[in-house]
Amino acid sequence: MLSRRDFLQVSLAAGAVWGAGIPWARAAAQQKLTQDDLLAFEPLGNVTLLHITDIHAQLVPVYFREPSVNIGVGEAQGLPPHVTGEAFLKKYGLSGGSASAYALTDQDFGALAQAYGKVGGIDRLATLIKAVRAERPNQTLFFDGGDTWQGSYTSHESQGGDMVRVMNALGTDAMTAHWEFTYGSDRVEELIEMIEFPFLANNVRDTEWEESVFEGVSTFERGGAKIAVIGQAFPYTPVANPRYKVPTWSFGIREEAIQERVEEVRAAGADLVVLLSHNGFDVDRKLASRVKGIDVILTGHTHDALPEVVMVGKTVLVASGSHGKFLSRLDLDVRDGELKGFRYKLMPVFSDVIAPDPEMTALVEDIRAPHKALLEKVVGTTDSLLFRRGNFNGTFDDLICQALLEERDAEIALSPGFRWGASLLPGQEITMEDVHNATSITYPAAYRTEMTGAFLKTVMEDVADNLFNPDPYYQQGGDMVRVGGFGYTIDPTESIGSRISNMTLLSSGAPIDPVKSYAVTGWASVNEGTEGPPIWDVVESYVTKHKAVSVAPNDAVKVVGV
Amino acid sequence: MKEMSRRQALALGSGLVAITLLPLPATASIEEVNEDIKKFTGGAEAAESAIIKLEVPEIAENGNTVPLSVSVDSPMTADNYVKRVILLAEKNPNPGVATFHFTARSGVAEASTRMRLATTQNVVAVAELSDGSFHMTKSTVKVTIGGCGG
Repeated sequence: MLSRRDFLQVSLAAGAVWGAGIPWARAAAQQKLTQDDLLAFEPLGNVTLLHITDIHAQLVPVYFREPSVNIGVGEAQGLPPHVTGEAFLKKYGLSGGSASAYALTDQDFGALAQAYGKVGGIDRLATLIKAVRAERPNQTLFFDGGDTWQGSYTSHESQGGDMVRVMNALGTDAMTAHWEFTYGSDRVEELIEMIEFPFLANNVRDTEWEESVFEGVSTFERGGAKIAVIGQAFPYTPVANPRYKVPTWSFGIREEAIQERVEEVRAAGADLVVLLSHNGFDVDRKLASRVKGIDVILTGHTHDALPEVVMVGKTVLVASGSHGKFLSRLDLDVRDGELKGFRYKLMPVFSDVIAPDPEMTALVEDIRAPHKALLEKVVGTTDSLLFRRGNFNGTFDDLICQALLEERDAEIALSPGFRWGASLLPGQEITMEDVHNATSITYPAAYRTEMTGAFLKTVMEDVADNLFNPDPYYQQGGDMVRVGGFGYTIDPTESIGSRISNMTLLSSGAPIDPVKSYAVTGWASVNEGTEGPPIWDVVESYVTKHKAVSVAPNDAVKVVGV
Repeated sequence: MKEMSRRQALALGSGLVAITLLPLPATASIEEVNEDIKKFTGGAEAAESAIIKLEVPEIAENGNTVPLSVSVDSPMTADNYVKRVILLAEKNPNPGVATFHFTARSGVAEASTRMRLATTQNVVAVAELSDGSFHMTKSTVKVTIGGCGG
């Protein structure tokens, strides 16, 4: 595959880095890797699609570790994106220690991060996007898959306004959404007035009459081809996020509505049909096998980064990662109303080797300047690698759970299985910006309550089914709820009610008693009126007290059956 | 008590805030549902069929009011039309949701309504055609606490 070869060029240019962590390794790695290597692409056909998704409002470069555990169930078992670590390297023919291994896997993450540096940064993305547009004038479209307006201190402070400025400046051609909705319907409508491109959500209806709330499709002419783009917002927004934020909007997969749209745009002369989707990869894989006539699905939501496309019948599925770490380029040969060929590259955005776009740097500085003191405020340091991604507990959530247990004086802590949140390297300072990058939501109250053991089991089973239901249409695309103060065993291959066992209170080693009540703390409840301090205050207070935090490997969650 | 804890769980995001204790709903047994179908068909067999389509959300946004549409592919002529469609929710305390009556003059055999679902369950639709045949389809609707997606 050409796409693999293109990606390998990056690996070869970078070479293997041994003894990473010492200064010469970093210099050597970066000397060999250039912006031109990242952009290198043999153009094909008459249309270029650029895609980013799930950048979670990350304006400046971050570290982001890919998951070590990403279990697929049912028909997705063992298929990408449910391949991680060494198996991923082997599947895609990548060598350990290479730039690609650093970008795409968790392998040697701490050491390779020292060598290859941070990833993303909206001014670096701007440089890459401008370069491709210059190479392919009047042939390029740039799409945003959503989860763009939320995830940072500045996005929360401006209620998404900073990201609207940035995405306008990037010349975005269309977007769809998920976390955007958590600002509430009124604010979403305000922000849509401010964006200079279509906000597409074919699957959102009003609850009363089931009528469309947003535009569903947008049509473009590029390279002589008529391109129809259908937007698909996250189908379970009012279930996975607070219903009360969007009380009169109804979502859902609505595959019949997509099929109708596809037929409508084909009848109107579309040469190429693209689904700009926030369904999640497994949902889109199933959808592509059932809805006929979609040429390309630009997937999102589940934060998967795949160096090659996945084909389902004639439909091309692209997975562009998250946090601004990657830019996807898909060149298409569209002729006679048909997709004749394509070439793909997932470009890793290695921040240190890309010249930032000066206009975008200025805009980012303008957005961040008023908040400089808070963003740069150091609350402590971490001795451990802090990361979130993975099906079960991540170290950043272990830290949050520890903070909740101590600050809210509880026996058990629950932290949501979000997939966003940047990583921090061992020895790194923890700033308030870092704390907000892991916690920035519009329903941040850290509650404290009583819960029976039986009730806790119901919660665990329900969340597990949202992750491991063998039918992807019943999955919500988050990871397992993270726990502090108790441990459990999970068998993802079982059915709801039978996946979770051996629930144990860690402080006493005693089994969780179904009829006993426990003091439970957590955050991100979807219920209106939840009370408690914002989670970022809880984490700040805890880290400030402890100064240097260290998170031991979590062996309290045991996975069996896979 | 199992169903009760699920109802409690509905009030919850990733954690618990306030729970209103609701009276424990009894759920229908599968025998009861099968009995209802038998009553509708007069004992005739209702085979799963592609001509009857049920549109329900895979995961309910609000178990108290779940939108539902049912349609049957039929010419709706005087000698070939859909007479009735019954909707059942397998695990509701009372499984009967609705019965729609059609004639050839209905033009199309389509209907929409909303239903309340006590818990995750199958929704069953059975259609009676003018030739005396019965056609069935079912879909699972999940009633969940939400999974902190994405």
